[in-house]
Amino acid sequence: MKGEKCNTLAALATAMSSGEVETVDLTHTLDSDFPVIVLPPEFGQCAPFRAEVVSRYDERGPGWYWQNISMCEHTGTHFDAPIHWISGKDLPNASVDAIPATAFVRPVCVIDCSKECAENEDFLLTPEFIQAWEKQHGQIPAGNWVLLRSDWSLRSGAAYLNMREDGAHSPGPSADAVKFLVEERDILGFGTETVGTDAGQAAHFSPPYPAHHLFHGAGKYGLQCLRNLDQLPPTGAILVCPPLKIRNGSGSPLRVLALVERSAA
Amino acid sequence: MGQGKSKRAGYEGVVVAAPVSVPYERFSPEPAHWWLAKALAGLGKRAGLSVDDIDGLCVSSFTLFPDTAVGLTQHFGLTLRWLDHVPTGGASGVVTLRRAARAVQAGDANIVACIAGDTNHVDSFRAMLTTFSRFSQDASYPYGSGGPNGSFSLITSHHMKTCGTRREDFGKICVAQRANALNYPGALMQSPLTLEQYMEARLIADPIVLFDCVMPCAGAEAYLVMRENDAQAQNLPYANILSTIERHNAFPDDPVQIRGGWALDRDEFWGMAGVQPEQVDMLQTYDDYPVISVMQMEDLGFCEKGAASEFIQANTLTYDGTFPHNTSGGQLSVGQAGAAGGFLGLVEAIRQLTGEAGDNAVKDARIAAVSGFGMINFDRGLCTGAVLLESGQQ
Amino acid sequence: MTDPLQRPPKKDPQKRTVLPTPPPGARSRKAIAFSTAAAEGRLALQNCAECNHVIYPAREVCPKCWSMDLQWKDIPDGGELIAETTLLTSVNTYFRERMPWRIGTVRLDAGPMVLAHIHGDVGEYERVRMIARTDKSGQGVLMALPEKETANMADDKQLRTLTCDPKHRRVLVTDGRTQLGQCTVNALAKAGASKIFVGIAREWRPYDGSAELAAVSGVELMPLDITDTISVNELAAEIGGKTDILINTAEHVRPGSAMQRHGILTARDEMETNYFGLMRLIQAFGPGMRGRGADGDNSACAWVNLLSVYALSNWSVFGTTTASQAAAYSLSQCLRGEFAGSGIKVVNVLFGPLEDSWRQPLPPPKVTPKRLADAIVHALRQGIENVTLGPVAEDIVRRFRDDPFVLERELMQAPEGQAV
Repeated sequence: MKGEKCNTLAALATAMSSGEVETVDLTHTLDSDFPVIVLPPEFGQCAPFRAEVVSRYDERGPGWYWQNISMCEHTGTHFDAPIHWISGKDLPNASVDAIPATAFVRPVCVIDCSKECAENEDFLLTPEFIQAWEKQHGQIPAGNWVLLRSDWSLRSGAAYLNMREDGAHSPGPSADAVKFLVEERDILGFGTETVGTDAGQAAHFSPPYPAHHLFHGAGKYGLQCLRNLDQLPPTGAILVCPPLKIRNGSGSPLRVLALVERSAA
Repeated sequence: MGQGKSKRAGYEGVVVAAPVSVPYERFSPEPAHWWLAKALAGLGKRAGLSVDDIDGLCVSSFTLFPDTAVGLTQHFGLTLRWLDHVPTGGASGVVTLRRAARAVQAGDANIVACIAGDTNHVDSFRAMLTTFSRFSQDASYPYGSGGPNGSFSLITSHHMKTCGTRREDFGKICVAQRANALNYPGALMQSPLTLEQYMEARLIADPIVLFDCVMPCAGAEAYLVMRENDAQAQNLPYANILSTIERHNAFPDDPVQIRGGWALDRDEFWGMAGVQPEQVDMLQTYDDYPVISVMQMEDLGFCEKGAASEFIQANTLTYDGTFPHNTSGGQLSVGQAGAAGGFLGLVEAIRQLTGEAGDNAVKDARIAAVSGFGMINFDRGLCTGAVLLESGQQ
Repeated sequence: MTDPLQRPPKKDPQKRTVLPTPPPGARSRKAIAFSTAAAEGRLALQNCAECNHVIYPAREVCPKCWSMDLQWKDIPDGGELIAETTLLTSVNTYFRERMPWRIGTVRLDAGPMVLAHIHGDVGEYERVRMIARTDKSGQGVLMALPEKETANMADDKQLRTLTCDPKHRRVLVTDGRTQLGQCTVNALAKAGASKIFVGIAREWRPYDGSAELAAVSGVELMPLDITDTISVNELAAEIGGKTDILINTAEHVRPGSAMQRHGILTARDEMETNYFGLMRLIQAFGPGMRGRGADGDNSACAWVNLLSVYALSNWSVFGTTTASQAAAYSLSQCLRGEFAGSGIKVVNVLFGPLEDSWRQPLPPPKVTPKRLADAIVHALRQGIENVTLGPVAEDIVRRFRDDPFVLERELMQAPEGQAV
């Protein structure tokens, strides 16, 4: 209320100093080895991260060190805006620079499928699984971020993309689950530990790539290549995920953080 | 077309005088200009001449860059009617004499100073080899860079197999020249040499050994060419020119060099002078390697091709021997001061014929044969020449 | 009798590395034409067009008839050794360090008398087979070999200075993911390479032949992505000091001319691999190789670039790719200059379309990866610097030599999808 002194942020500051509220880093280090999505060779490709040293306390610049970096908007831990997909291209505020900043600091629900994903690399999150989770943790509130914890971030090398002759094999949401989260729960955005919000075999789903197609078609956002989701409570954390403000950007690599109350973890 | 069909003019009335040798040094910080200047000053002193008296100049030098003879005119204060720069290396003595003599004979110049000299810095020899000639750059130097050692060992090996010369024959030449050098104060090599030492010597390039190779050094040699009348008027002892020959790139189709241009012009050489080889009191050959001295002996007619071994063994080659050869020690014992090596034999011959030789004087020396050879362009020496001199009436 | 080359011992880490010194490298302009033929492994001399006299050393005019019309032509390689010597000293540091050294005079069947290096198995007055190759200065020289092959002939000390034999050497093949890379590895193993480092980019992506590749004798798979400066530098830090031969098998090839492409990203990928990738390799591996050009029997000795023949003249069917190849070709010329005098040969293999997926729709004749791999090893064994492989490449090079501007317009006329 205007005029009344607000104590919430002061309390948050105190809690962060004391460690009662922790800041958890959900981001992979951005380096040239991190796998990027690979499309059929005839298509344009997602550029891997590259850093070229401009100078490093040497003849190119004696007292300083800096690099020129290059990457795709979708390299490493990254944010997807609705404009990224054809289904969202005509929506208002669809690019990263137009998304209201409120979207970037929001509560988050974490659905743990790590056990199932360990047994089945093509595990699909279904509406039934979500509802079973909600029985335990309560209905997913509208306007929240929802993250799929698969522990896939613990994989490295070839096992991460897990590509075989018939494409990639990694978990993701079924088309029905996406529809449910959009139509029944009106979530803000969906995040995964894999390289895409969609499952590895999603090209064969109906519609193809349902997470991209339906989430972005509804103006929802995406997060990929997350890690440390095992440090988050199922509910109660705050997700911090502001992408770079790129003009007409379809997404960007970013630092994703979560504020977690220790007693709730 | 006529190959010397018309009779060549003789050299009556033209003489050579004032032999000057500037003592050699193994290495010198001075430039070639300094050595040439010393030779020129020596000529002036010996002949009682000054700057204004010299109206012709003939120069031979490898290390004069960036100058040629032209730069020396202003450098030495000379105003000349006649100037030549002769690049024929070991044949330069003979060639400068031929050029200067015709100039004096025709009245184009009165007194021509002929000077040859080179400096020797630590890197001079290697630098000279790398820039010696286009053909040696393209087709010889890349193959081992042995310099002339490589080419002459091939020539020596071929001569030994084809003409029967033996290492003992080359050794005898070297040993006799060393004995001569011990009586010539200007020689850089002053220790005696025996045939045994020669036969046991270190191999440089099979079959050439250490004592077959000259020592590059700094030095200068010079002499004057003038009219006989002028020499007499100056009270300068002199020598007359009986005949000369000159030839370049002779026998180009010989697979390996086994003979030189002298073989082509030998008859003219003796015929023009009216002299026989037996009448010659001394022979000065260009001795960059003993095999070339042998070639000159054969091709000038002192012995037949293939009979050199017998000839050498049948004679003693010291200044006091039956066939005085390279009486001051030759380059092999005196040293090779670049282009001055082409003057060494000529200046020594003039010295002997004008009574100015010292302990190595050849008794009753009247007629001297001087031979020149030079410029290994690629695989063979291109320039050859020879001159017969007779001591002048004084 | 040539002793077989023994496997070199491990390098003594306490000893200073012997630095390369060059043999004499100055040549007149006419003589350089001899060197360019030698770089192709050809023995060519000037022939007078008027009187047919064969001329050596190279010159401006026929010494027999004064005609100025002198043509460089390949000559028969037979000859007779008529004089020989063994040098024991030299004024040139390179030779001085390698004494004793045999040279000799050879009468060529074609006519001229030449000075040449002489193989240890040749005796005086014997018939010889002449070769022309570039020496460690990068200039062409003549060498006389025995007329018939002798045992261990390639191991002759003097002949080895003209070749880049992979036997007992350690080789880096920059991209082992492709058939070309794998065929090259196999050919090197057959040729006796002691160690073959194989660069694999993006190990998280599977590729065909990976199991067979790892099983080849001497192979060590190494992470290497030549589009990543850090990756290249890290590998060079690890193996740069033991890379004797570098073979760059990496390429990025896509069809399309400039206007057929939408945007520059594919062209950027082509440049990133074909040009900047080469640049990264040069900066990371070049200095170390350059310093090891005289480092024993397994000295650094060769850098192999594999280039489309259209690097010489653009082919719009693969227009932007061949432009990036042209950039790489120009850079390889720069590299040749930078390696001059170090004893490292830059070997450029030019070939027409490869038999691979990106050239699949092109008509034959195409070059198979195996044939290209064998040609690489042959060039290294023979010490050849410029290889033109296959009928398409030979045709293009021939036309290029004749008149590059005519070739440019011929290629403009070519129907789509078909070589000239």
